[in-house]
Amino acid sequence: MAKKPAPEAPPAAPEIVRMRGVSKRFIVRQDNSLKERLVTLGRIGRKHRSDFWALRDIDLTIHAGTTVGLIGHNGSGKSTLLKVLGGIIDPTSGSAERRGRIAALLELGTGFHPDLTGRENVFLNAAILGLTRAETEARLDEILAFASIGDHIDTQVKFYSSGMFVRLAFAVAVHTDPDLLLVDEVLAVGDEAFQRKCMDKIRTFQQEGRTIVLVSHSLDQVVDLCDRTVLLNNGEVVFDGDPRDAVREFRGILETRRKAEVQAGGGAAAPQYLQWVDSALATPSAPGPDGELMAGTDLDIEFDLHCDAPKAGMILAIGIDSSRGQVAYSTTTRLLGVDLEPFTGTRRVRFRLEDCQFGPGKYFVHISVIDEIGVHLYDWPQAISFDMHDYRTSFGTVHIEPRFEIVDG
Amino acid sequence: MTAAHDRFRVLERQPFISTASDSTIRGVFRTSLEIVRRRDLLSLLVRRDLKSRYKDSALGVVWTLIRPLTQLVVYYVVLGKFLGAERGLPEFAIYIFSGLIAYGLFSEIVSSGTSSILNNAGLVKKVYLPRAIFPLASVGSALFNFAMQLVILVGATLLLGTFPLHADLWYALPGLALLLIYGYALGLLLAALNVYFRDIGYLVEVVLLLMLWASPIVYGWGFVRDAVGPSLLLEIYTDNPVTLAVLAFHKAFWIAGAESAYPEFLLMRIGVALVAGLIFIVFSQFVFARLQGNFAQEL
Repeated sequence: MAKKPAPEAPPAAPEIVRMRGVSKRFIVRQDNSLKERLVTLGRIGRKHRSDFWALRDIDLTIHAGTTVGLIGHNGSGKSTLLKVLGGIIDPTSGSAERRGRIAALLELGTGFHPDLTGRENVFLNAAILGLTRAETEARLDEILAFASIGDHIDTQVKFYSSGMFVRLAFAVAVHTDPDLLLVDEVLAVGDEAFQRKCMDKIRTFQQEGRTIVLVSHSLDQVVDLCDRTVLLNNGEVVFDGDPRDAVREFRGILETRRKAEVQAGGGAAAPQYLQWVDSALATPSAPGPDGELMAGTDLDIEFDLHCDAPKAGMILAIGIDSSRGQVAYSTTTRLLGVDLEPFTGTRRVRFRLEDCQFGPGKYFVHISVIDEIGVHLYDWPQAISFDMHDYRTSFGTVHIEPRFEIVDG
Repeated sequence: MTAAHDRFRVLERQPFISTASDSTIRGVFRTSLEIVRRRDLLSLLVRRDLKSRYKDSALGVVWTLIRPLTQLVVYYVVLGKFLGAERGLPEFAIYIFSGLIAYGLFSEIVSSGTSSILNNAGLVKKVYLPRAIFPLASVGSALFNFAMQLVILVGATLLLGTFPLHADLWYALPGLALLLIYGYALGLLLAALNVYFRDIGYLVEVVLLLMLWASPIVYGWGFVRDAVGPSLLLEIYTDNPVTLAVLAFHKAFWIAGAESAYPEFLLMRIGVALVAGLIFIVFSQFVFARLQGNFAQEL
């Protein structure tokens, strides 16, 4: 995950994309047949449609050679923006211009026809992406080598495994010599070896001065690959700049939404949450400038525990997940050798995690109450969250102070 | 970084183009040029359509022939023999078949053209292509099927000893042009409308069923003339571009009926219809260009 120093676009880099005041309105209709349309024609018809602004007044200039990430939650307009850029959707107002050769990395083999052989599909797909037959023939060996699917190339694509399918689709797209490559959520495909190959190819693209616009839900990938990240929320650009800052902003938005959802939509589930545990808090012992947890300091996780009736052999467990859902840490009272005395009523309890060394980013704490034979009496996923300070020296779920020196010569 | 700098230098000299579809005269012209430039894609799309249609079937392409041949037998026996439609129409089988393949071409272009954008929804939604290429690909695959049927027709004339080696054979060309021009113009227009109103697809099937009877394919043009007399109605009937194309095909391939009734000024009528058809294509392209901007969200 080593990040090469961001190739700050040299001043000579020309603009490749210009968007001015781009807005896109979707009209959602409830009537879609000719009859219904005729029946509801005119003034009354307007009642049957509702407007939805997928993009509002977007200004965006992209210089050649940069890799731009588009992030935002589902429905924030990032895919629509990519489609306007790709010429698939016309903006309702504003202008979008681009130059140079464009290629889109399509979703899992769109444009592949299952009844054609791999070879035929290579030609078809390359043609779709703008190559002539002669150009495809010239690159065929390279494409086949990259996809490495061997003799299967002359088999109908419907007999391919999904991995082979994706490898071939990716191979074609990256061999079309694009100036501007649009990528929509497709880099997380194939096995690990192939993903590595894809990433290497993307980095080669970057070195060759190609421009990449990438829509991704994988925030780590965005931070890793992009020179610049645009955060969209409800069709508007709310942040444009350093990928790390954009990701932090985005996590903030997600957290606000999550809390709102728990408050608004938790109606049925909430009573169960409140039955055993509530008023959970995560408190850093020596918080940083934004109230975040600093490496090497302690974190207190406190909550109220309710018991309707005395329960023997009860176990409390906490787990800490990274924002990607990966388990970073967990512990239980049993592991600590603590026996909880049976009680009725409410007790406030605390786990103190000393000398925390989590990697940068947001973490979620979940709390469980387990009985003596291991049955989960109660789970509260993502009960609380905390942020870990970003020292900007490393990625990952652990914080380790890195040093570099030349040992010899 | 030299590769990058070279790339930048080339890029710098390129003009910015708008990503939005352009329904001005220049935009439509540019799209047409783009399709010409991407003819490799067009031929691959045609081949894809043909291959996928007859995949895994034992008889494959033969099925393209079975349908019109079955129609031929039914019309020949029922209409020709039972109902006596073959009166005054020598070599009735040749007569029917030359009309049938003409109509078959038109009907296939229109019906597969109409559904072409919907059938390629996956591509239209994901990647930019000149979308008019899909109805055009329908023309290509219909032409292939037509060519197969034409071989059968010519083979049959050989067997019957009426091989159409005569001065009027060239009528086939303007006839074919009429079918292609009107078929494509309609296919293009309906393909765009079908995205917004899905009923169009069903409507087209019904209308195509009717139109078979609105041209002198299984009966003679003379029957109509005798029934309605020289009137505006006859003119309207005759100037239907499909009727003109069918008549042209009769002229070309139905040598036994050289003496039978044809409308006056057939060539002039065809010429006028061709010019009108070209205007129709331009109109369809403008409508298509206007409507295509929202395809991706309607699919």
